[in-house]
Amino acid sequence: MSTLIDAPPAVRLTGITKRYPGVVANSDINLSVRRATVHALVGENGAGKSTLMKTLFGLHQPDEGTIEIDGQARTFASPADAIAAGIGMVHQHFMLADNLTVWENVVLGAEPTSSGRLDGARARRDIEAIAQRYGLGVDPRALVEELGVGARQRVEIIKVLYRGARILILDEPTAVLVPQEVDELFGNLADLKAEGLTIIFISHKLDEVRAIADEITVIRRGTTVGTADPRQVTNRQLAEMMVGSALPVPELRESTVTDREVLRLRGVRVAGVGRDVLSDIDLSIRAGEVVGIAGVEGNGQAELVDAIMGLEPVADGAVELAGRDVTRLSTLRRREAGVGFIPEDRHRQGLLLEATLWENRCLGFQTRRPAARGMFLDRAAARADTRRIVEQFDVRTPGIDVLAAALSGGNQQKLIVGREMSGDPALLIASHPTRGVDVGAQAAIWDQLRNARAAGLAVLLISADLEELIGMSDTLRVILRGRIGPPLDPRTVTPESLGVAMTGGHEAGGPDLPDTAGTDRPEQPGQAGVVGSADRVAESDLGTAGGSLSARKVTE
Amino acid sequence: MKALSGRRVLLGAAGPVGALIFSAIVSAIILVLTRHNPFEAFGAMGQAFSRPRVLVGTVNQVSSYYLAAVAVAIGFKMNLLNIGVDGQYRLAAMLSAALAGASFMQGIPSVVRILMTIVAAMLIGAAWAGIAVWLKISRGVSEVISTIMLNAIATAVIAYLLSPGRLAVQQGNNLGTRPITDGGMVPTIPIPKSITPLYTLLLLALLVGVLYAFLLSRTVFGFKIKATGLNPAAAVASGISVKRMAVAGMLLSGAVAGLVGMPELLNGPSHQYSINFPSGFAFTGIAIALLGRNHPVGMAFAALLWSALDSSANALQGVGVPNQLVVIMQGTIVLSVVVAYEIVRRYRVVLEQRDVARALAQSRKEPVAA
Repeated sequence: MSTLIDAPPAVRLTGITKRYPGVVANSDINLSVRRATVHALVGENGAGKSTLMKTLFGLHQPDEGTIEIDGQARTFASPADAIAAGIGMVHQHFMLADNLTVWENVVLGAEPTSSGRLDGARARRDIEAIAQRYGLGVDPRALVEELGVGARQRVEIIKVLYRGARILILDEPTAVLVPQEVDELFGNLADLKAEGLTIIFISHKLDEVRAIADEITVIRRGTTVGTADPRQVTNRQLAEMMVGSALPVPELRESTVTDREVLRLRGVRVAGVGRDVLSDIDLSIRAGEVVGIAGVEGNGQAELVDAIMGLEPVADGAVELAGRDVTRLSTLRRREAGVGFIPEDRHRQGLLLEATLWENRCLGFQTRRPAARGMFLDRAAARADTRRIVEQFDVRTPGIDVLAAALSGGNQQKLIVGREMSGDPALLIASHPTRGVDVGAQAAIWDQLRNARAAGLAVLLISADLEELIGMSDTLRVILRGRIGPPLDPRTVTPESLGVAMTGGHEAGGPDLPDTAGTDRPEQPGQAGVVGSADRVAESDLGTAGGSLSARKVTE
Repeated sequence: MKALSGRRVLLGAAGPVGALIFSAIVSAIILVLTRHNPFEAFGAMGQAFSRPRVLVGTVNQVSSYYLAAVAVAIGFKMNLLNIGVDGQYRLAAMLSAALAGASFMQGIPSVVRILMTIVAAMLIGAAWAGIAVWLKISRGVSEVISTIMLNAIATAVIAYLLSPGRLAVQQGNNLGTRPITDGGMVPTIPIPKSITPLYTLLLLALLVGVLYAFLLSRTVFGFKIKATGLNPAAAVASGISVKRMAVAGMLLSGAVAGLVGMPELLNGPSHQYSINFPSGFAFTGIAIALLGRNHPVGMAFAALLWSALDSSANALQGVGVPNQLVVIMQGTIVLSVVVAYEIVRRYRVVLEQRDVARALAQSRKEPVAA
């Protein structure tokens, strides 16, 4: 690509080490970024990517190592030095003033003046020139609050270009974008590259990284472990480089499905604003069976969970637990009847972050042993049982008196899984059980699910990770626009065919689609436009199947 | 774990002690700017406590302050802001005073009479708070708004009822309920060299404090209060009815609020609820609950501090310093303690995260080699 084979790299970091009291955040980092390329930096959360970029942007100084920009050694005492050297940083969270216009935001802190007064006309001219040159379409006069997320990101990029940046650091730039905006951003990045700019792209979405990067550097536990060629490496290989070991594989052994029905939904309808969010849901889960629900987020999964948990009123139909109608029972009664619940968002629904681990153990069990004895808390028993969970579920913690907030996401999740599997539940609702946890925790959680299934637990598994869904389910159901499709056999389903079914696309997706195409789906999207977008979504979701292996750990 | 809990106590104390020192510095600066001698002023405040009357007055005041703080704290614990403790305790004090002073009560044994008065006060306090929570549950009215307005309504109701021919009798310039005869009063303990006796209903405040502590740390109900306050969404998902908790919490808060006026009514010198009955305990209670972080022991110290500042205020005039200095100190304490607690809270979370990371880093070293 570059004709200047011998030209010094735009950025070369050698032996960078940064220590914090008690922790080494970066040690012996080596990174070389060729000019006019997109260089991706990938790694798990907490691997040290941000620390490294802060070093490069002058937010702190490394304890050891050297920084070279275009072949010249540099030390950055502050971001101002880094900016002067042509480095610009686009933060993950936008730093824009909503009530100012685009051009005002761009010049903020670097205002052009003519005889002491702000020269707005010149600023707008300059910004338009930059926007033109790099194809970053945005109206300088528009108010930032009126802009979409993609446009705001372009403003952020213009902001650093306006300050003369030649090397752009983009920190998780796609985290806040929808797929179309990601495509747009990648177009912009290609233009920037063509203009000779160098881009350092920090991300954990491996398929995006492979799509945009010219070279990939992997960072693990604070040090660089190698580089990869995006054209040759697979998501799985990258993910394994990131975690330094083989990834756990979601799979079930022989079937443990019994004919004892634990959960049964009959014609369940849940009303939303203006339309039904769930309609005509029939679902059955038997003891020892894992039923996986596949679907693009927002197609009724959350409402399904809420309806089973009693968090959302059911307008029509019935929810039966082990043959008993629980439709009118409160959440508490359902939990007492043996429903365990691993919520989608553990911080929102699963934990009291500012309470101790043993108090969190009591949550959801406040009326039962071991947490309670009559109207009193049984602290001793609750604490003892918390120790059991910590032990049995390998929750890495120095003790049970630390706050839940102090644990890592994976350990928080293991605590929740342990708690929800206590007290002999009959049904477990596992909503994205391994989202945002590290691979170790993921393997442990899968193990626990397998054990519980063998012990006769009925599991409703909801996940965005298709590999997990296919590997861990005995039966798959697709949910689309609040309706649930017929049972699928995970042994005959591929991520591709499942992806097509999830978006309601044609069977064009593949011949290996047995009975996926929802016959009960009234509006088969025949229009070209819809199909097109559906395919696109399917593709990105498939990507996640492999890529999310890492996404999961990092989003934490 | 021992070290951890020791640190917790230290961190817990850091906020209020820091706030106290900060407010002393601010007051000293104000004194210097207004050409007073800060040492003289603080000295006079300290000197005040050498007089038994001031000491007894301080302790007597603590009861009402503490009860008000507990009433507020019960709501605070679950993010329910009961600003209406003021109306609740005044209405409760007035109506129960009327009951205690009524002529039919004369023949009833003393203990029963006193218990009836106290229980009536709790019921009235709870009922008045109940209006606010009923509005919240059925109509979604913010309890902050409704309790504030109910304070004003309580004032009007009291003014209406406290007139001759209704519940009040006129005695000179004073208008109050029929005085409670000796059998309806709780005995006090005379203290030598002090014209004010020691209020025995301090024991009532103590009992409420112990029950409050027990409720929070040992009962399921207390756990549900804590869970609701820390994370309502998680509480709901765990099968805790947040609505029911709001009702229970508010009624309990109101019942404790009903007790706020009892030490003054049943131990105090006036034997009645009159237009001179002390008001404003509730707002002091909010400050004390903040300062004591809703903690049963923390609030006891906070109430004592507040009361001590109050009773040392008069001594300032002896050295020519306006006693409003105490109000400035109290205000500064509250403002700075809110800031201090937030800083301490964040610091504590970071500290614990670092501890956990360090503890785990050590245990992790070996298996990494693979």
